[in-house]
Amino acid sequence: MSDAALITPIQAAVRAQPKALGPLQVRDLTLRFGETTVLDDLALDLGTSGCTMIMGSNGAGKSLLLKLLHGLMQPTSGRINWGSQAPCEVTARQALVFQKPVLLRRSVAANIDFVLKSRGKDKARRHRLLDHVGLSHKADQPARLLSGGEAQRLALARALATDPEVLFLDEPTASLDPASVLAIESIVNEARSRGVRIVFVTHDVGQARRIADDVVFLHRGRVAEHSAAADFFPEPQSEAARNYLNGRIVV
Amino acid sequence: MKALQNIGDALGVAVALVLSGDADLLEIVLLSLRVSLTATAIACLIGLPVGALVAIGRFRGRNAVLIVMNALMGLPPVVVGLLVYLHLSRSGPLGFLGLLYTPTAMIIAQTILITPIVAALSRQVLEDLHAEYAEQFRSLCLTRLQAVQALLWDARYSLLTVGLAGFGRAVAEVGAVIIVGGNIDHLTRVMTTAIALETSKGDLALALALGIILLVIALGVNAAVQSVRMTAARQAYV
Repeated sequence: MSDAALITPIQAAVRAQPKALGPLQVRDLTLRFGETTVLDDLALDLGTSGCTMIMGSNGAGKSLLLKLLHGLMQPTSGRINWGSQAPCEVTARQALVFQKPVLLRRSVAANIDFVLKSRGKDKARRHRLLDHVGLSHKADQPARLLSGGEAQRLALARALATDPEVLFLDEPTASLDPASVLAIESIVNEARSRGVRIVFVTHDVGQARRIADDVVFLHRGRVAEHSAAADFFPEPQSEAARNYLNGRIVV
Repeated sequence: MKALQNIGDALGVAVALVLSGDADLLEIVLLSLRVSLTATAIACLIGLPVGALVAIGRFRGRNAVLIVMNALMGLPPVVVGLLVYLHLSRSGPLGFLGLLYTPTAMIIAQTILITPIVAALSRQVLEDLHAEYAEQFRSLCLTRLQAVQALLWDARYSLLTVGLAGFGRAVAEVGAVIIVGGNIDHLTRVMTTAIALETSKGDLALALALGIILLVIALGVNAAVQSVRMTAARQAYV
């Protein structure tokens, strides 16, 4: 049987390498659960490169926005446009790292192999990926016995194994020690320097200052402010963002 | 008191019979294992993918499928035996195969009995695991086949217990195999049918010997599976 007959439609889409995802355009995005409106008529534009930090208090809708942008959820109404690609193809060209990494009940190496195989990629890349995130020496260990920081680095390596054009990170460094936080940031920065677009949710203002190119501040399900990081931190324009940065309780 | 003495005597004879390596006894034990292990393997080949597909599938009528799957776990063995008999008997639709009163007929009956058990129990195990993996799988754009394969592999140690439940039901079952197998000496006599026969004949020693072996096999298989699961748990694979 020829190689072409063995690949899945997703592998075929990825291998075909059509033009890259375009700029993100979100319009009238609304998400409701029953009577509760989580995202309310949200509008957002993102460019094709750099690191966008999504910030906001708990319940502002940051994680749900990430899942909607990645295609894991469907909005109640509104449009999410990444250019001309079909929704399924968009998801295949992106990767999401969850706050709590979901690791397969296998070895560290097998977690990477699984993704490489599912995308029809060369398994020989595994060593390079593990080396990149500093986990080569733990390749044969069970993934679920890794520490929090190591588990998150493995999740990042697995996400990078898909060669994403957009990498979503949902509070990947929450509850990690400073060394692990810096290790994750270093990997993210390296991916950004290779042209991967980063969309990062965090509550850590210091982290946002270190790596953000622009900041989207969500408040009550809407974009309260979207500005360059260099402008946002010294002079936030919205009252909600000012209160947040000053450590005041925002409801 | 007399009855207790008889049981004590019978136990002594039974243990001696087991230790002597009696040829007839060995033949019955090996046939039992062949029939039940084959039925369990076939039931797993059918039941595990079915359980996985129902676990990850969201389709109209899913609740009805779950109710039927769970209800079929309690299939009465004699009813299954009767249905298989009707199909395999000379006048039945599959009579031309000449399978009635053969070990193959017994395997078919046991497979029908335990496939719903394997499917229903594996569905529950895999649904719990899928709840954990679902978003990651969707993020990776896995096909349904890839998702099923991954779930079955990652749940393999939990599914051992499911297979064990199926084997336990098969090896202890008597109603179906006696109808389709006929309990023919040196051909279709298995441990449970021999125990039933020897008890009715009053030969409690052989019946008890077979009962002891049945218990030892059940304990041995359970211990082996538990040992594998404990090893897997130490590696956080369960």
